Amino acid sequence: MLTLFIIFWPFFAALLLFLFRPQNAKGFAFLASLLELAASFAVAYLFDPSNSSSFDVNVPWIDKLGVSFSVGLDGISLLLVLLTTVLVPFIIYAGTNENKSHTFYGLILLMQMALVGVFMARDGFLFYTFWELALIPIYFICLLWGGENRAKVTFKFFVYTLAGSLFMLVGLIYLYYQTEGTHSFDIQKLYKAGQSLSLVEQSYLFWAFFLAFAIKMPVFPFHTWQPDTYTTAPFQGTMLLSAIMLKMGIYGLIRWLLPMVPLGVAEWGYTAIVLSVIGILYASFIAIVQKDMKRLIAYSSIAHVGLISAGVFTLSKIGIQGAVIQMISHGVVVFGLFYIVEVIHSRTKTNVMSDLGGIRSKAPAFASVFLIILLGSIALPFTSGFVGEFLLINSLVNYKLVIGALAAVSTILGAVYMLRAFQQSILGEESSKTSTFAELTTQEKIVLYPIAIIVLVIGIYPAPLLALSEPAVDQLLMIVSDYLASVK
Amino acid sequence: MNALYIICGLGIASLVAEIVNLKKWLVVLITIGIATAAAVATLDWNTTNSYFNDMVVIDNISIAFTVLICLSAVLWFWLSHDYFKDETHITDQSALVLFALVGAIILTCFNNMSMLFLGIEILSISLYVLAGSKKDSIFSTEAAFKYFLMGSFATGFLLMGIALIYGATGTFDLIKISQFTADHHSTLPGFFFAGVLLVMVGMAFKVSAVPFHFWAPDVYQGSPLAITAFMSTIVKIAAFSAFLRLFLNCFSVVQNTWLFTLQAIAISTMIVSSITAVYQSNIKRLLAYSSVGHAGYVLLALVTGSSDANGVIFYYLFTYSVASLLAFTVLTQLEKSDSDISLTDLKGLFKSSPILAVGFTIALLSMAGIPPLAGFIGKYLVLNLALSVGYIGFVIVAIITSLVGVYYYFKLIISMFQDSPDAKQQSISISTRLLIYVLVGLVLLAGILPNVFQVI
Repeated sequence: MLTLFIIFWPFFAALLLFLFRPQNAKGFAFLASLLELAASFAVAYLFDPSNSSSFDVNVPWIDKLGVSFSVGLDGISLLLVLLTTVLVPFIIYAGTNENKSHTFYGLILLMQMALVGVFMARDGFLFYTFWELALIPIYFICLLWGGENRAKVTFKFFVYTLAGSLFMLVGLIYLYYQTEGTHSFDIQKLYKAGQSLSLVEQSYLFWAFFLAFAIKMPVFPFHTWQPDTYTTAPFQGTMLLSAIMLKMGIYGLIRWLLPMVPLGVAEWGYTAIVLSVIGILYASFIAIVQKDMKRLIAYSSIAHVGLISAGVFTLSKIGIQGAVIQMISHGVVVFGLFYIVEVIHSRTKTNVMSDLGGIRSKAPAFASVFLIILLGSIALPFTSGFVGEFLLINSLVNYKLVIGALAAVSTILGAVYMLRAFQQSILGEESSKTSTFAELTTQEKIVLYPIAIIVLVIGIYPAPLLALSEPAVDQLLMIVSDYLASVK
Repeated sequence: MNALYIICGLGIASLVAEIVNLKKWLVVLITIGIATAAAVATLDWNTTNSYFNDMVVIDNISIAFTVLICLSAVLWFWLSHDYFKDETHITDQSALVLFALVGAIILTCFNNMSMLFLGIEILSISLYVLAGSKKDSIFSTEAAFKYFLMGSFATGFLLMGIALIYGATGTFDLIKISQFTADHHSTLPGFFFAGVLLVMVGMAFKVSAVPFHFWAPDVYQGSPLAITAFMSTIVKIAAFSAFLRLFLNCFSVVQNTWLFTLQAIAISTMIVSSITAVYQSNIKRLLAYSSVGHAGYVLLALVTGSSDANGVIFYYLFTYSVASLLAFTVLTQLEKSDSDISLTDLKGLFKSSPILAVGFTIALLSMAGIPPLAGFIGKYLVLNLALSVGYIGFVIVAIITSLVGVYYYFKLIISMFQDSPDAKQQSISISTRLLIYVLVGLVLLAGILPNVFQVI
């Protein structure tokens, strides 16, 4: 029951919001998301990593097509569901009340349903449905409340991601016809079907799936939609996109791509790693020359995601464990950073860093929180980013020293552009725009302090999170390594 | 068969209605009558009956299509009640529509080439008149004339084809034709195949497949909006059900002679329509090209030659006509007097009347094939079927064209959600609201619980 509740409650809440139009749409949506959060904590409390089938639900949905409504939870899914349910209340709460209506908050809740669904789906067709469903609310959020040039930018985003997922759809249908006996979209059957294929077929499938996931993340060279979309979207949209939605792509790699076409991954994984590492360096260098802070964070996000994706393709335990924890950390950190940009923007009406400066003396608490979250992004020890990045770079060094070294450079570059951003906007002389910069309001404190605390807590004591995902990662890797051993 | 009698009776009744002064309740009575006809048709479910020396054979497929046509007709009468309100010749118009329905239903259950011809002619002749029913509009007259001229050519091709097939096989009966071709496969004269191809050309005209689609945009644009809605839903369903009967059942034995041509038609229909639609700014024309494009997907399902194609095409047509009816419901609210609806007329619709904008958006998203709406399942079934027989190349073309489809559908969506300074609040009648809710409900239901509607 709890499983179905955490998937469908946001949907019903959105429906209630549309139908009954309560006076305070934001308040209602916030309460709904808190209830969702409570439910997900209950799930986490009851969850037993060694026996992950206790939350499985499997009912027939479209018999003729071999589709069932099959959802389940393991450590990886649970962590991402928690990331979603923790961040969505913050995203809703962070909103200002101007011009944002029932539609806006309803769309956020719909988005939450789709995201939770993606992370829990154990049926290919269901996964695809949720995957696409997540696109619709965010598209309308960006189209209706975005900034300049939004129609064009959001449309580019939509077509890009849709194009990717259609290839995934063809891949899924192809696999469906390879399943044994009565064809089915059940994840285990799809794994078996994929593994029974030859190298050539697996390679095609690898690219069909990888394209969809790589566009979503995005990995170089499929990233061109991302900076514009992040900059144009309303800040809550940007948060949804960067903090949660891009995790769909990485999650897809881990859950669907690796165990389904291990040979394809073994054959093309190196290419994917090289693309990811190129992306890391390329995005870092571009981030260094950015003047707009929102764009800078957008590019830094490409760099971070590149590292995660490279780690996943090492097919090693530390790589995937690092990817999982880094997904959580990146979600929290990027949420914080985009909110900080929004705080600055709401006071100064600009995102251009050279127009800012001297904020530290005006708003010391703000400056401190910014610094903590920023250090999380740079991956300083004792911040959340360090754990993930350490594991990821470690796995890459084990994979190939050159690759590991190049990826490690990204940490240095990250420090360069992030600290420069901090220096330009917070330190130094105050400008005309920052001369009246006010300290954080209560609302902003309620959003930023917990985020900063999460960044520190994960950094100091990541063991519970790692322990949660470990059995699931072991299981996935065992499927892959057993298969690869049996082929060779 | 009783359904056919009921609708014939309704047609005659509606002609008489003028005399007995029943005009006020006519549309309501007709709607109830059609619904009854649908209910009566379902009584024969799972039985196969033949009538009039096998001229008509009613099986599950024909019942399913009959019910689909009746359902669409009920919704169509609901959406076009404004059209009937404004018309002075209500009784003539409704009688013509009913006779067109009779033709459409004959096309779902014919088992004889002469019945095919009869059905197509009853359907088409009523439509020629209906297309020109806005007598003071030059475009309406042009549409009627163009449709008539093109339609006559198509009928000519069809007749010639039927004649050649008769010459080769000595019968009009579909079952006998397919038996004859199976028995004498190697000795069939060349002109038999010419006949099959001519029939294909005639049918391709009726479903507006490329390269026989040129009439569609002009006729869709010129005809009164309600009639356009009728043509793009009910007529399409009827024409495709005839197409199915001919090519999946009757000519399946000689598949290798026509398959390549039909494949080429399917592919070019998908490609040409999607490219042309991109350049349209008139919404009726755009929807015309989109309906041509949907014909391409249906044909793709048809050329698989699989016996599952019946069910897939039925479902596809169901989702397509529900979404189309939804789109046309919204458009009837937007059409002011004689003017056409262009992209710029949609600007600011979300602000001025959100229900229309959301309804239209859902219709377009469904046509674009976005899950979890009905159109996605329809498209999915087609792709699934095509992949199951190994048409990977066709599937890739279909995917690329549906991406292009997303582009032109989203052009409409984007302009609806743009701000416009002169957006005025619009009042929408309760009946229209209810219709929009019903259609949106159907689109969602068919997308989320496709089991319910996958009857064949």
